[in-house]
Amino acid sequence: MADQEERVPVMQQVLDNHFLLLFLGITIPTVIYVLWGVMEVANIAVAR
Amino acid sequence: MATTYRICPRSGLQFDTAAEKLMRWNAVAGVLALLLGGIMALGVILTRWPAVHLLPADQFYLALTSHGVNMLLFWIIFFEMAVLYFASSTLLHCRLATPKIAWAGFWLMAIGAVMTNVAIFQGESSVMFTSYVPMQAKPHFYLGLILFAVGALIGCFVFLGTLVVAKAEKTYEGSIPLVTFGALTAAIIAIFTIASGAVILIPTLLWSLGYIREIDTIMYRIVWWAMGHSSQQINVSAHVAVWYAVAAIVFGAKPMSEKVSRSAFFLYILFLQLASAHHLLSDPGVGSEWKVVNTSYFMYFAVLASMIHGMTVPGAIEQAQRAKGYNKGLFEWLRKAPWGNPAFSSMFLSLVGFGFLGGISGVMMGTEQLNLLIHNTIYVPGHFHATVVIGTTLAFMGLTYFLVPVLFRREVLFPGFAKLQPYLFGLSMYAVALVMMGAGTLGVSRRHWDMAFAGAGMAYEWPGAAYLMMGLTGIAGVVAIIGGGGWILQIVFSLLFGKRLDEGETRSTPIPLTLPPQTGAHAAHVGTPGTMVLALVFLVSFILYYFVNWKYLSSLWGMA
Repeated sequence: MADQEERVPVMQQVLDNHFLLLFLGITIPTVIYVLWGVMEVANIAVAR
Repeated sequence: MATTYRICPRSGLQFDTAAEKLMRWNAVAGVLALLLGGIMALGVILTRWPAVHLLPADQFYLALTSHGVNMLLFWIIFFEMAVLYFASSTLLHCRLATPKIAWAGFWLMAIGAVMTNVAIFQGESSVMFTSYVPMQAKPHFYLGLILFAVGALIGCFVFLGTLVVAKAEKTYEGSIPLVTFGALTAAIIAIFTIASGAVILIPTLLWSLGYIREIDTIMYRIVWWAMGHSSQQINVSAHVAVWYAVAAIVFGAKPMSEKVSRSAFFLYILFLQLASAHHLLSDPGVGSEWKVVNTSYFMYFAVLASMIHGMTVPGAIEQAQRAKGYNKGLFEWLRKAPWGNPAFSSMFLSLVGFGFLGGISGVMMGTEQLNLLIHNTIYVPGHFHATVVIGTTLAFMGLTYFLVPVLFRREVLFPGFAKLQPYLFGLSMYAVALVMMGAGTLGVSRRHWDMAFAGAGMAYEWPGAAYLMMGLTGIAGVVAIIGGGGWILQIVFSLLFGKRLDEGETRSTPIPLTLPPQTGAHAAHVGTPGTMVLALVFLVSFILYYFVNWKYLSSLWGMA
């Protein structure tokens, strides 16, 4: 019973892991905004 | 390295003396940037006021460049560094990690800010804040920005290092305080922002030096806005953290639910930076999927987070006020709030203006179709003067009224003016944002020196209302500059001539932090009906404005 009371919820563990948050906060916009956007522009055919 | 801790007798806060000095220097550097940016604002606003049209074109673009860079980068990020050091070392009762490296970061930022300003005032770098290629500035314009960014990046890592120190030295248990969590959110967004800045500004510097032949304009805009817009998202996270801090300082308010507030900051970490894409909604080259996923699906999570904060901050205040007995009707808690305390009035005006003016307009602008109505018009500066000036600057000004006696140990001079200043500055900025957005809805361009296009072969006949709105922008803008200038003078005079206050006890070891238990589902429930009514008013305004713009769009594009 005592163990159950002391167990930290998963979401709180995520929010308390500052470097995991840093990883997510860098990776998500880098992939969804920067890389996806740059790939779209890089795939535009060059005019001849 | 051994340090000492000062216990402030007025607030009970504990300052690591090394961190305290860094906070003071960063805050002062920020105010100097605000002063320069404010002087330039006068040149900009008196030129965009059609009846005055003060500056010639070259000086206008120089003033606009300096105004944008000093306000949107230097003032805000210097002040945010002070907030990061406060939220880490002071709130966690621990020493600052690597103060010498933090000073190196500060000086890099200072040298960078001076270098970029020198480039601007030499007159050949009037490329505006966005510095879009192929407009080219002098190399030291870009180099200054890069140095500033590297210095700020160092500051962010010192902040993260201080969190590690606090955990290792067990100065707190469990989770970090909510205000520190908000500052962590700002720091994470800052790291993404600064890294993006480096990715685009380093090749642009090489291009201006002649080592690279050309920079792709669309590619530049994508990566630049990862810095340009995300830098404003650092502000959002930081000023929301300041709202929670002021609510705690003035009212002793505790968050309605720590879990909900932390989850809202988590949504910021995941999604807030994606709003950068709304600057590119009219650009060719990137598809609708990219635009819609970034600015609609994912940006709405960040909007949801802002709405949560917009409800939980006044809700926490309402709970604290009701606990003190202000229970009559829906709004006694608000009527009896300390409206003469500039820390509170600044914060509340910041919260309401950010939500109603900046937030609602931001969602409208972030909708791909509606964006066409106002893209590149003066509506856009109207929106971000509501978010950055009303939201961030006003909140930081309010916090400064608290910091002058606590951090700088000086009495605030001219207390009568201090009571009025948030209203003078805040309400005139409300007016500026509204009339700018009104003029933008009529199509007035965002950056053009002369809206009349005098002498142009194909002149455009603006409706009279557009000139009226721009005239009102000028009048309200001048009042706002008086309010902002008055604040700078008041703070500078207080720091120089204000009565010195007691330093308080100095210790060689910190007092450990004891956090109150997190409030959540088990906390005693105090109803917040007043906040619920305010939230409903906000939602109705939001829905009406959003659909009015769809109606407006449909009238522009007849389907018959």
